[in-house]
Amino acid sequence: MSVREMDARRLTDAVAKLYVQACLVLPEPVKAKLYAFGNPYIIENFERNGIIPLCQDTGMAAVYLEVGQDVHLTGDIPAAVDEGVRRAVKEGYLRSSIVADPLRRQNTGDNTPALLYTDLVPGDRVKVTVVPRGFGCENKARVAMLAPADGVEGVKAFVLETAKLAVPDACPPVSIGVGLGGSFDRAAYLAKKATLRDGPNPDPYYAQLESALYEQTKKFSFGVHILAAPTHIAGLPCAVSIGCHSLRYASEEL
Amino acid sequence: MEKHITTPLTDEAIKGLRAGDEVRITGVIYTARDAAHKKLCELLAAGQALPFDPAGQIIYYTGPTPAPPGRPIGSCGPTTSYRMDKYTPALLAAGIKGLIGKGRRGQAVLDAIRERTCVYFSAEGGCGALLANYVKSCRVVAFPELGTEAVHRLEVENFPVSVFCDCLGEIYSPYL
Repeated sequence: MSVREMDARRLTDAVAKLYVQACLVLPEPVKAKLYAFGNPYIIENFERNGIIPLCQDTGMAAVYLEVGQDVHLTGDIPAAVDEGVRRAVKEGYLRSSIVADPLRRQNTGDNTPALLYTDLVPGDRVKVTVVPRGFGCENKARVAMLAPADGVEGVKAFVLETAKLAVPDACPPVSIGVGLGGSFDRAAYLAKKATLRDGPNPDPYYAQLESALYEQTKKFSFGVHILAAPTHIAGLPCAVSIGCHSLRYASEEL
Repeated sequence: MEKHITTPLTDEAIKGLRAGDEVRITGVIYTARDAAHKKLCELLAAGQALPFDPAGQIIYYTGPTPAPPGRPIGSCGPTTSYRMDKYTPALLAAGIKGLIGKGRRGQAVLDAIRERTCVYFSAEGGCGALLANYVKSCRVVAFPELGTEAVHRLEVENFPVSVFCDCLGEIYSPYL
């Protein structure tokens, strides 16, 4: 079995490019949903793309690396990712919104560090995804450690309550991501990933639940997506993440 | 019907605005968000003057992205207002008359708006690229060490907002 060598500096180049791209140009599936929603200000905002960031909150840079197990990355991976963020902020005129400490609140001045997530996957490729998530919507996320007895009705009630608390403070229309199962932290991770999904859940049971929740939120939402995972006999973790209409992400496979 | 107002605001102009009205603002407005609010209120608590004359002025809750070459400002949409609630009554007491942001306010803010004949506007959230087109100039007037959170003096022309809370305390949002 051969191992593919890759210099971590390639991550820097990819993050620098993808972060700017994500802040300036919305992905096509998101545009299609916003055209359907029909708010003229929002449409005009994203149609003027490629010049300045669509939203002044260019976010914390969440960087997801899916690293093929047959790749050997040389160099310092977190440092390479942060260098990509630093370069994007400078070259793309992005905002520096990160403070080094949550209580002492000194701005780091270059929007680093990134929130770095790594997954090991089969193969010899590295997929880099940058998700600039602003805090207008991030502040509206919630996790409930429901009891198994709360069941699907408990989930629905918590999702709807969270969604109603989110608007109009977060920027509607919003993408509602629901993470079910796993643990406290896994549910939150899944909920945020779910906001980025396109199309219904492949499991008809969850597709139907998505559709029922969307019916009750479509005045201010352009989609409800659920990601479910195995969990413990004692628990029903339920997380809800809100993605604003500037639902920004960009990916590249190296 | 769109209404047009200029800054600084008069009580008469404010009384002509109702929740849900579409309004265009022309004149000078000042940006301030979380960190600047904290500093402005520390000045007030110490009995010191604010770095700009607050009489009749509007505070816009935004932290712009850096201006690229050839533009006065980068992206500059509204940030969520409720985080400023703790500080807002003191600023209204100091003479501020208008606020621009997005989302709900706490009861103490709504009460202060009504009691002092002020107005809270909502700008379209997440539309910072579009809103930048209505900004003609931008310069930092206080707290440059705060970066994007510094107080910026903006000259705006026909800046589009809607009235979220009018001086009678009535509120309107298409999403509520």
